[in-house]
Amino acid sequence: MITLNGLVAVCLTYVVFLFVIAFFAERSALRGQVRWLKAPLVYTLSLSIYCTAWTFYGAVGSAARSGFEYLTIYLGPSLVMVGWWWILRKLVRIGRSQRITSVADLVSSRYGKSNLLAICVTILAVIGTTPYIALQLQSVTLSFEVFAQPGVPSPEEGLRSYTALWVAFGLALFTVIFGTRNLDANERHHGVVMAIAVEAVVKLAALLAVGIFVVWGLSGGVAQTLARIDASELGSWQMDGGRWAGLTLLSAAAFLCLPRMFQVLVVESDDEGHLRTASWAFPLYLLLMSLFVVPIAVVGLDLLPAGSNPDLFVLTVPLATGQEGLAVLSFLGGFSSATSMVIVAAIALSTMVSNHIVMPIFLRLTGNGASVSGDVRHAVLLSRRLSITGVVGLGYLYYSLSGGGTALATIGLVSFAGVAQVLPAMLGGIFWRGATRMGALAGLTSGFAIWLYTLFLPSIGSGALSDAIMAQGLFGLSWLRPQALFGISGLDPLLHAFLWSMTFNVTAFFSFSLASFPSPLERLQGAQFVNVFDHSGGPRSWAGGVAQTEDLMIMAQRILGAPEAQALFEREAHRQGGRGLLPDPTPDFLETLEKELSGSVGAATAHAMVGQIVGGMSVSVEDLMAVADETAQMMEYSARLETQSNELSRTARQLREANQKLTRLSVQKDAFLTQISHELRTPMTSIRAFSEILRDSRGLTAAEHIKYASIIQDEAIRLTRLLDDLLDLSVLENGQVNLNLRQGLLCDLLDRAAAAANDGGHAVRIRRNGPNEQLMLNTDLDRLSQVFINLIANARKYCDADAPELEIRVSEKTGLLVIDFIDNGSGISVEAQDLIFEKFARVSDRQAGGAGLGLAISRQIMTRLGGEISYLPGYGGAAFRVALPRNFALAAQ
Amino acid sequence: MTETGPEISPERPRSPLFLQRQSYRRRRLIDAARFLPVLGLLLWAVPLLWPTGEQEPVHSSGALIYIFGIWALLVLAAFVLSLRLKVGGTEPGGGG
Repeated sequence: MITLNGLVAVCLTYVVFLFVIAFFAERSALRGQVRWLKAPLVYTLSLSIYCTAWTFYGAVGSAARSGFEYLTIYLGPSLVMVGWWWILRKLVRIGRSQRITSVADLVSSRYGKSNLLAICVTILAVIGTTPYIALQLQSVTLSFEVFAQPGVPSPEEGLRSYTALWVAFGLALFTVIFGTRNLDANERHHGVVMAIAVEAVVKLAALLAVGIFVVWGLSGGVAQTLARIDASELGSWQMDGGRWAGLTLLSAAAFLCLPRMFQVLVVESDDEGHLRTASWAFPLYLLLMSLFVVPIAVVGLDLLPAGSNPDLFVLTVPLATGQEGLAVLSFLGGFSSATSMVIVAAIALSTMVSNHIVMPIFLRLTGNGASVSGDVRHAVLLSRRLSITGVVGLGYLYYSLSGGGTALATIGLVSFAGVAQVLPAMLGGIFWRGATRMGALAGLTSGFAIWLYTLFLPSIGSGALSDAIMAQGLFGLSWLRPQALFGISGLDPLLHAFLWSMTFNVTAFFSFSLASFPSPLERLQGAQFVNVFDHSGGPRSWAGGVAQTEDLMIMAQRILGAPEAQALFEREAHRQGGRGLLPDPTPDFLETLEKELSGSVGAATAHAMVGQIVGGMSVSVEDLMAVADETAQMMEYSARLETQSNELSRTARQLREANQKLTRLSVQKDAFLTQISHELRTPMTSIRAFSEILRDSRGLTAAEHIKYASIIQDEAIRLTRLLDDLLDLSVLENGQVNLNLRQGLLCDLLDRAAAAANDGGHAVRIRRNGPNEQLMLNTDLDRLSQVFINLIANARKYCDADAPELEIRVSEKTGLLVIDFIDNGSGISVEAQDLIFEKFARVSDRQAGGAGLGLAISRQIMTRLGGEISYLPGYGGAAFRVALPRNFALAAQ
Repeated sequence: MTETGPEISPERPRSPLFLQRQSYRRRRLIDAARFLPVLGLLLWAVPLLWPTGEQEPVHSSGALIYIFGIWALLVLAAFVLSLRLKVGGTEPGGGG
């Protein structure tokens, strides 16, 4: 039988071994040999602090008492790890880009670097973790007792406290030495992580060894073990569905929110690749940790006398079967589980307490905050060390006050439910940009209050809440009974508390977020967090450049240490272009500096300190609005540019069209000039020729004289007519004509036109329809008759029928007075139809004495009168239609 | 009803409509990594359906084998996915 002293010696040796490992890890890290320290395996093993003594010993106890429930504690984290792509990947990326130091820092940083929130989370974490640390002390103490007086479950009080005190002292010492070696919480605690990794291996090996011994040594193989399980009192599946689902969710939530888990998962992680490995390796670790729990429980229930503590089966089963070596290994496993949890929890909590509570108070008390003289670095380290001692001391105090009774057994889940209150603010913060500080505060406090009232206070036993309150509710209001809120009784107390606290938490978080308006910094941070994969750069939170670099240097030296700060400033100066040792206080530099500082003192404090020196030049609403204005101006400017360019292209198109038109007109004008000179030249030639004959020829007869003179006169008349026509056309085209409106009957007009056109030469027979022509017209009768004369004259001149005949039809069509002139000739060829209304267009070669201006003039006249003239194809002969608007024509009364 | 243009602000990085085969495979791997915990949750919720009490309860050995079997499968699937994702290299972005 191993003595207590022997056990203490083994224990001390193990502790020394851990110290040595931690020491060498630190040494290697200092020498830069960090590659093996940063292996994914080390990261995975460090996650194993999730498995505390509560799970090492308590899982078997839980299995013996309530079957498979213990599994839920492992299933939740397994799911979270397997689903790393959802949440953990984002958390780790945010943690790296924002240099997050703790879960409180994460929440504070996300919601505008609010220190109030950080304090809330810190208090919550301390209250939730202290009993948990007490639980670890208790388990170590209990395991000592097993060796001290085997079979006697409760030794005297003094020894217990004594053991617990020594354990607490040793743990605090270890944590202070290796946990506060470097100030930057964002740098890895290589020594601690390495020691934890070793402890992870020890506890896994211990539990596996006991398990293998139980399955193959005591039960005789897998099949027999399974049969033994089925035959035992745990033989069938007896599980409350609500607890199965609820505890799985609860453990998953706690896995993300527990300060120590956040420390190893996010803060100590420096490579997302590690997460990828851990995504399968850590579930595997959990699987192995829980694989042999049920066999050990079943065998323990079989072997050991009734009434022995099932929590200690892992120790007592090997002891009862005489395997002392195995028992010692198992003891070391439990010891490892307890110590690694306490160490990491103390580091995580002390970082939070120091950064968010002690340092702000210290800075306020010492006057001007950041600009006091003296080395803040020492103050930070001291505050962190004191915090560690304080946290472990609180755990010890809680342990000795609660008397280490059975009340502690349930504290693990109570603690889980407490820290899980951070989950809505955390997940909301990284996935929802609309989450605000008010929402986070409201959610946290309401969830925390309900957890405190319905779960935590009732769980610490008699005294915290009186029996009257438990039975009748607060102030005698029955719907306020702690374990039956709103009269819903019969629920499992843990589920009841979890359900209500989360409901209120999420509701308050959501509704307050919707109702409140975030500050600019909050919105910036929100965007940074939610879209961390889109832009991995830090927040652009410092504007202006009035900060005195010397002041910043002094402050940075006091926090980071002189050599580190000088190196940082020199590096930054070099990066800016190598002017001297001090960089310009550009926003970039301030941002870098703030991140460096936040690694040491937390985001909120660092922000406040830089803010004090820079003079509150952090981003204000005005700055944001200025930026927005600038953007709006740019957009407006570019929109204007676009409009202008559109306008330009439109103008260019119009110019092009105008140019084409001008070119066409010029061609037309040239053609017109050619035509007109030709038209003028022909009569001029004959006039000249005949006048020369008259002048030069002697002996012309009188008849010849008269003939030649009349030719000259005819040609002169023709010339005059041509010039008249041209003048007429030009007047009409320029719109300078004045209409001489008069009233008259259409039939009279036609009569006069026929008479004027049909005189002389071979006449055309005109067919008319008298009654239709009894229409009173109100128009320029002279101009209209000019059109009619032209049309009748054309028929007379060009109709090639043997007996030329012209039919004039008058009709009315849709508000128009239509007068058609149809002759019985061969008409006008299709290709000529387009041309006949053009100037000088003559269709036939027959000499007709016209200049080809008649139809052009007619068309101009009709346009002036508001009507039109067109050629009608398909009537056999040439057919023209004159259409007048009806309001010019009045029916004859 | 007035017609409005496509509402995509110019600053927002738009992901391409079609991907190279390799990137496409990688996206689907990520989808698988996202789906895995959902699958695990569903399978581990199956014990909620098991009868308790008098009516022929499920044997503990069976329950153990079922739960640990799923566990092992999840670990295996996560392992394969982590290897495949590693080969693809890290892709910036890809949502959260």
